[in-house]
Formats: sequence, structure tokens, C-alpha cells
Amino acid sequence: MAAINRDDVAHLARLAHIEMSAEELDRMAVELAVIVDSVKSVSEAAGEDVPATSHPIPLTNVFREDVVGHTFTAEQALSGAPDAFENRFKVPAILDED
Amino acid sequence: MTELKNELIRHSAADLAAKLASREVTAVEVTQAHLDRIADVDGQVNAFLHVNSEEALAVAAEVDAARAAGGSAAQELHALAGVPIAVKDLIVTIGQPTTAGSKILEGWHSPYDATVVKKLRAAKMPILGKTNLDEFAMGSSTEHSAYGPTRNPWDLDRIPGGSGGGSAAAVAAFEAPLALGTDTGGSIRQPGAVTGTVGVKPTYGAVSRYGAIAMASSLDQIGPVSRTVLDSALLQEVIGGHDPFDSTSLTDPFNDLVAAARVGNVAGMKIGIVKELHGEGYQAGVENRFNESLQLLRDAGAEIVEVSCPNLKYALGAYYLIMPSEVSSNLAKFDGVRFGMRVLPKDGPMTIERVMGATRAAGFGDEVKRRIILGTYALSAGYYDAYYGSAQKVRTLIQRDFDAAFAKADVLISPTAPTTAFRLGEKLDDPLAMYLNDVATIPANLAGIPGLSLPGGLADEDGLPVGIQLLAPARQDARLYRVGAVLESILEEKWGGPMLAQAPLLGSASTTAGGSN
Repeated sequence: MAAINRDDVAHLARLAHIEMSAEELDRMAVELAVIVDSVKSVSEAAGEDVPATSHPIPLTNVFREDVVGHTFTAEQALSGAPDAFENRFKVPAILDED
Repeated sequence: MTELKNELIRHSAADLAAKLASREVTAVEVTQAHLDRIADVDGQVNAFLHVNSEEALAVAAEVDAARAAGGSAAQELHALAGVPIAVKDLIVTIGQPTTAGSKILEGWHSPYDATVVKKLRAAKMPILGKTNLDEFAMGSSTEHSAYGPTRNPWDLDRIPGGSGGGSAAAVAAFEAPLALGTDTGGSIRQPGAVTGTVGVKPTYGAVSRYGAIAMASSLDQIGPVSRTVLDSALLQEVIGGHDPFDSTSLTDPFNDLVAAARVGNVAGMKIGIVKELHGEGYQAGVENRFNESLQLLRDAGAEIVEVSCPNLKYALGAYYLIMPSEVSSNLAKFDGVRFGMRVLPKDGPMTIERVMGATRAAGFGDEVKRRIILGTYALSAGYYDAYYGSAQKVRTLIQRDFDAAFAKADVLISPTAPTTAFRLGEKLDDPLAMYLNDVATIPANLAGIPGLSLPGGLADEDGLPVGIQLLAPARQDARLYRVGAVLESILEEKWGGPMLAQAPLLGSASTTAGGSN
């Protein structure tokens, strides 16, 4: 399996929406390479025939009645927002244009 | 030893409940005693991020009024009404800030209560405040908190474990008789071990996770922190039970825990030593205390057997793929739009994407960033099957190993952590060394089974607490309380009292005793 390098980390940081300085990328690449190296053996542990466990205690069909339950008021939902306008979350431009 | 200013803080929750019921003390007195203790020692310990004095005293006064009124008002009180508790700051509360130990949520107030908090309120247990933790519960030392580390009451230069170091230290320093923690890979049990307290990770789904800020949803579990095994049983019965707001919540009753803690014998029970969870890599003093506990259980009539779980050698690796994968998804919601911090980029176009990048860069600490990047990597196209997919298969293998082990033993036993508390800063620059602290606790989270850590004595080489971990099959939490309470009582008989009686007094009480450093 390919080792993780600085370019990978820069790409992943963009995907994860975390700005990183050059110094941070350097450091993170080294640390992550060590961690990835230590977890690699996992890929050789289990054969094809072993089923995956996504959830330790499987439950299926967890439904509820289709009725309106607890809802937050707009005021409650917006109470922690950095910015709001007329009952909506307010954000800077969505698209990179004027 | 100098007397503590107020002996009320020394009592267990069960004892306080009895004293409250007999009206020997009032809930206001009990709550005030703990608030006074927090004021006295928390400058040294830093267990609390927020102290909730006013509300706690108001709830205590309500309990006292109901008791004074007598009749049905008094009869309807929960057994733990008036017994105060601290809540890990990963669990959301109306009326108090919730930070998750992160700058990104500084000053944020939840518009709702976690289910467990609602249950504490229904039981009228005064909430003393919110306790410190590694940022978003990611760490084993509480050093990754954005609000400074918590210190171990046994030695203020050492870590209290993590991520729930605040809850464990608060209980160990007699700032609270009870606390809530969350355990994703050992965050209740490992702090319990290194602070000489009791911590329990219930069966996955036994306690609602609604309102616990999610780290890794298939591993996270809320559970009790206390100084005695019985107190944890009492608390798990308060917070447990089915919750329709958590679709992973089990419908099983779990109401036999307190009774199990009071059974008082282990004769004929089979207790399995897990070959892979002791020995090489474990500190000598930890091994010695562990072996001593085995002998005491044998003397009490338990049969000690050895079991092997060969796939546990992959547990840490599988955990460090599954957990960060879930982290990268769960923490995507901290985007500077709906709650918490927003940071604008210094220059260039002001798009929401760049605001997110700047917000998350400024709001998250190093460990959180590391795990988000690692998880994003493990889930990315081309690596998904080899990493995340393989880790999920390992999870199946580990469950099978435990199934086989529990066919031979009623409960399993191991040291909780490979070492006693290390010094602050010692492992901060070595993430992998930090991760190894949880090598014995992680398997239970992967398998969904319950685990309990209790004090097993002090290590010979450093005089610091050692934790003994018990594991039971899923849904058999009661077995942990039964065996744990028996081992605790045998050990306390041997020591001539609780282990925490040997801890430094701290605060104003320590000025003549020289307990703190």
C-alpha cells in the first residue's frame, strides 16, 4: 500500500476543508505516515469470507410513528449561529464570483 | 493527615443518598460542600470548565423542600435526589455552555438537553458543572483540551488520563461524588485507572447517546464515573434505558445492576485472563497489582482460567481506521455556518468554502486535524476497501474471539491501562505512544461489550494508581458490577479502607500535609 506523502495530506486537507500552513503540512505528513504504517497490518488480517461489522450490536428497522415530534423554533435553531438573517443562516458567497 | 474542611465530600453517592433520605443532612449542604471543594482545589486540578453553582443549589433546595413537605412529594423523590454530579463537557446541557474542549465551540449553548441530562434533572440530581476533556474526546491525557490540561490529583505533574480526565479527576479530588463520561476507546476506563476511581463503559446502546457530541458513532458510549462500584451501578440505572431519540438504543431493561453490585460473592464464577491483554508492554507494577487481584479472586472462590483472543493484535489498528473515519464524517458539521466559531479568510475571495477552511483551521487543535485527515484518507476512493473495509472485518474477528472467550468464562479480566499516569507533556509529541494507552480498553468498544475499571492498588515503583478492567458479554453489564463490587471489597479490606484515602488532600487542606506539589 502506498505511503502517505505531503501532497496527499494537502489534497486531503482541501477535501476536509481545513486550511494548512506549509509547516503544518510537513509535520502532519510525517506523523500520518507513522500512523498509517502502524495500521496497515489490518488489511492483511481478514480474508474475503469475513463479513464486515459496521455496528457492534445490530438493530434493524428502527422506525417511529410518522407524526410530528419535537421541533426547534427558528430562534432556537439559530441561537448558536455565527450569523443569521430573517430566520435563516447567513453565509458569505456560496459561489466564487461577484 | 489534616482533616478535610467538610467530611461530607468523602462520602460515596450511596451514603449521601442514605443521609439525605434520613434527613441527617440537606441536599443544599451536600451540594455546597462540593462547590466549596471545587473553589478550594480546582485551581490546582482544572477538572471543571464551567461551574453551575446557582442552578445546582436551586435543584438541591427543591429536593430539600420536597423532603420537608413529606407525603407524596418526598416519596416520589428518586433515591439519588440531591446527590450532586458533574457532566463531561461533551454532553449538551441547556443553561450551561458546552465546548467539547474545543475552541470551535467556545461560548456555545445547546438549545436542548442530552437524554442523560434530562434523566439527571428528572432524578433531581444537582449538576455541579461541566468537566474538562481532550478536544472532542480525542486523546488519552486531557492535554488536547483547548482550555488547558486537567491534572491528576495523585500527582499534579501527571496526566489524569483521557479523554475524560476532568470527570475522573473531579471524582478523585472529591469535587463530585459522581460524574458522567463518554468512552469511545477507553475515555471513561483509562482515566478511572490512572486516578484511582471507578469508570464503566456500558454495553453499546445501553445508555442513550442523544446529546453526546458524536466522535465515532459506532464506538461512543456514555457511562458512569464514581469512587465505588455500587455508585456506578446506581448511576447507570439512572441514565440507562431505551430512548427513541437514539436509533442505536437497546430496549433491554438493564435494571439489575444495583442488585448485582450487592450480591457479594463470586464463588464458582469463571474469570478469564486474556492472554493478549497483559505481560509484554505492561509496567511491572501494573502486572503485580493485576496478579494480586487474580489471587484475591481465586481465594474468594472464583475459578481463574486463561483465554486467548488472537485478533486483539489488530484491535488498535482497526480502531485507528474506524474511529477517524467516523470522526471525519461527524465533525464535518463544524463549518462556521450553523453554530460555533466563524473565521474569515485574511485575503482572497470571501466564499463559504474558504470560510470553512479558515474556521476549521483556527477552531480545531492538532489531534482533531490529524484524525480528520486520517479518516478522510481511510475513506477515500482506492483505499476504502483496504482500510475501512478491512477494519470492519477485523471487528467481526474480534467479536468472534470474545464470543469464544465468553464460552469459557463469565467475565474477562485485564489491567485497564499498560502503565500508571505519565507526566504531562511526556507523550504529547508522539501520537502513536499516546494511542498505546488504550490498547486494553479499545477491544470492548470495537465489540460493543461492557467494561468496568476499578482501583487495583498502587504500583510499587511509583506509588500511582493501577486499574483492573473487567469485561462481560454484551447486555451482561450486571456481571461487571457483581465481580467488581466483590473485588473492591476484598481489596479495601486488605488496604484498611478506600484507596483514595491515600491520595493527597489538595487545596487549603494540603498546606500542612504537603500533599500537593
